[in-house]
Amino acid sequence: MSSPSPALPPDTHQSALQKLLERAPSLMQHGLIVIGFCTAIGAVLWLARPGQTLYSQLVYSLATGLSSWLVIDGSRFFIDVKSPFGFPRGWRGVAVILVGVCFGFVVGTLTGDAYSGRSTFELAPNQPRFFLYLFLFTTSVGASISYFFYVSGKSSYLERELAISRQQATEAQLKLLQSQLEPHMLFNTLANLRALIATDPARATVMLDHLIDYLRATLASSRATMHSLQDEFDRLADYLALMQVRMDSRLVYTLELPAELAMQPVPTLLLQPLVENAIKHGLEPKIEGGSVVVSARREGENIVLKVIDSGVGLMSLMGSAGFGLTQVRERLQATYGDQATINLGAVGALFTCAYVTFPYINDAALLLPFPGEGGDGASTLARSIPCMPPHPPPKGEGANKIDIATHDNRPHR
Amino acid sequence: MTTALIAEDEPLLAAALAAELARAWPALQVVATVGDGASAVAQALSLQPDVLFFDIQMPGLTGLDAAAELLDTWPLSAAGGKPFPALVFVTAYDQYAVAAFEAQAMDYLLKPVQPARLLKTIQKVQLAQQIRDQAATNNIATTDNHLEQTLARFRALLPQLAPAAMPPLQMISAARAGTQGNTLQLVPIADVLYFEAADKYIRVLTANAEYLIRTPLKDLLQQLSSQTFWQIHRGTLVRATAVDTVLRDERGRLSLTLHGCKDKLAVSRLYAHLFKAM
Repeated sequence: MSSPSPALPPDTHQSALQKLLERAPSLMQHGLIVIGFCTAIGAVLWLARPGQTLYSQLVYSLATGLSSWLVIDGSRFFIDVKSPFGFPRGWRGVAVILVGVCFGFVVGTLTGDAYSGRSTFELAPNQPRFFLYLFLFTTSVGASISYFFYVSGKSSYLERELAISRQQATEAQLKLLQSQLEPHMLFNTLANLRALIATDPARATVMLDHLIDYLRATLASSRATMHSLQDEFDRLADYLALMQVRMDSRLVYTLELPAELAMQPVPTLLLQPLVENAIKHGLEPKIEGGSVVVSARREGENIVLKVIDSGVGLMSLMGSAGFGLTQVRERLQATYGDQATINLGAVGALFTCAYVTFPYINDAALLLPFPGEGGDGASTLARSIPCMPPHPPPKGEGANKIDIATHDNRPHR
Repeated sequence: MTTALIAEDEPLLAAALAAELARAWPALQVVATVGDGASAVAQALSLQPDVLFFDIQMPGLTGLDAAAELLDTWPLSAAGGKPFPALVFVTAYDQYAVAAFEAQAMDYLLKPVQPARLLKTIQKVQLAQQIRDQAATNNIATTDNHLEQTLARFRALLPQLAPAAMPPLQMISAARAGTQGNTLQLVPIADVLYFEAADKYIRVLTANAEYLIRTPLKDLLQQLSSQTFWQIHRGTLVRATAVDTVLRDERGRLSLTLHGCKDKLAVSRLYAHLFKAM
């Protein structure tokens, strides 16, 4: 078989009873609509043809309508039960409606005749034209009602599907946002900010600015899907600066972005979970802390991003970093398909490294109309970021300022 | 003079808490500020302060681990110990822990620490101290009561903080101790007498062999039946049916001997209630 199997609704394997229970509300609703319609038609016919009593007209129309309904609506449980619309699709639907309305015409006429004591079928040879009109009128009303049910069933199915996919998209977005706006991080940062306001207002302002940029980027990332590597590194710098205030001398970090890669597009805040893992699972559990190095490099047709930390090591990461990695992998897959990779490995005995590779894009600057936030692309390139604690750094550590844009591919320790 | 110890790994927050305390409780003297769980235990034991402020997330031992360790090692009054300090946990955001603290009436502070909430906690701690001091002046022996009460609350707290159980393990693939670790062996759980945390490994002991695994004890706990394996110490899980005798030394500390194994296992105070005579 070459054609792909259609996407089956989840209720494919349900028993007829389960189906009946599940569809009972729509069945009842259809039944009530049929009763209402038939009552109205009976009344109209009675008004149009004063020779008949109201009751006999009602018996004719209700018996016709209800028996058609029984056949057509009942068939949903036996014919094309996999149909997601709750009604047989295609020719089977047409056949069901035809059989249903004819059956309704016969049963309705016989029932009505039995009530009123007349014989409509004997009329046929004498007044074929009247009989034909009667037949066409009855069946077309039945077919119209059935078609109405079919369409409304289909549209409510489509609405449901749409609602489900919308909900899934919202959930994915929320999950991403939640992982980025991790409450523990947020409240700890606010606590530090509160402490700084009293003791060092200038530093508090700097910290608040980082927090503002970080929050703005995080909230914006749920809308935009791509931004430049420069923006990515700027946002990581904000995050790391926030963590630095909290961890003080326990965190030393370096960001290395070669200028020629600054405008390369990257999914928004792609590296964020990896940097967070490096800190949360690598450095925070380590009493003396350590360093984080985030770097970007071009290797042939690929861009290689690395997040290296000197934390407690890969083994302790097992299990705990799962969500972050899965999330990065899924986003890479969604953006680049099989052209992107992500790996986690140990570098020597001391370092843990997350590697991400994805294709280098020629003329990338043309793809991204915005050169950094607020159009200050040139100034962000030149901005240097303090990455050491304001106090004297631990012995053996060097410069206390590192320009993120000018340190190309320094060898890692 | 009432004394306090602050254990908080973020220096700014430690300083801020000290400053808030100085405002709200001027008579309180902060005798030490430490940045990790192990130092918190060591300093608390040597300085014996009246109040402990323990951050939950700390490197090394967490605040909860440190509290458990301290409860286990705190000297009893017979050994010249002071009453166990009032314990206040500090956390930025941990809804599960906070719900558990509420349920067990454990004192806690949420970061950022706000003056009104801090004042409330201080009043609670002061009230508890007054009650204790009054009992002491009436010559009622209460020194160890506080330790017992805190232990009882902690025991009730632990199951609430434990992660959800997972389907029980049947086999463990482990490296035989003393080998290079490049050959793994399958060890049936039914053969295991006890698990013991040692540095970066967990030792797995059967009647005639010792193996090493790297799964953290807290992850292992989730995959073992709590009926079959009892935790008797922060780093020890023992097969309940393997326990032979329970020994009590002159300081009141419990230890276990096992069937089919010569090792003696220490029981921490937190789990001593498991071995009370029926």
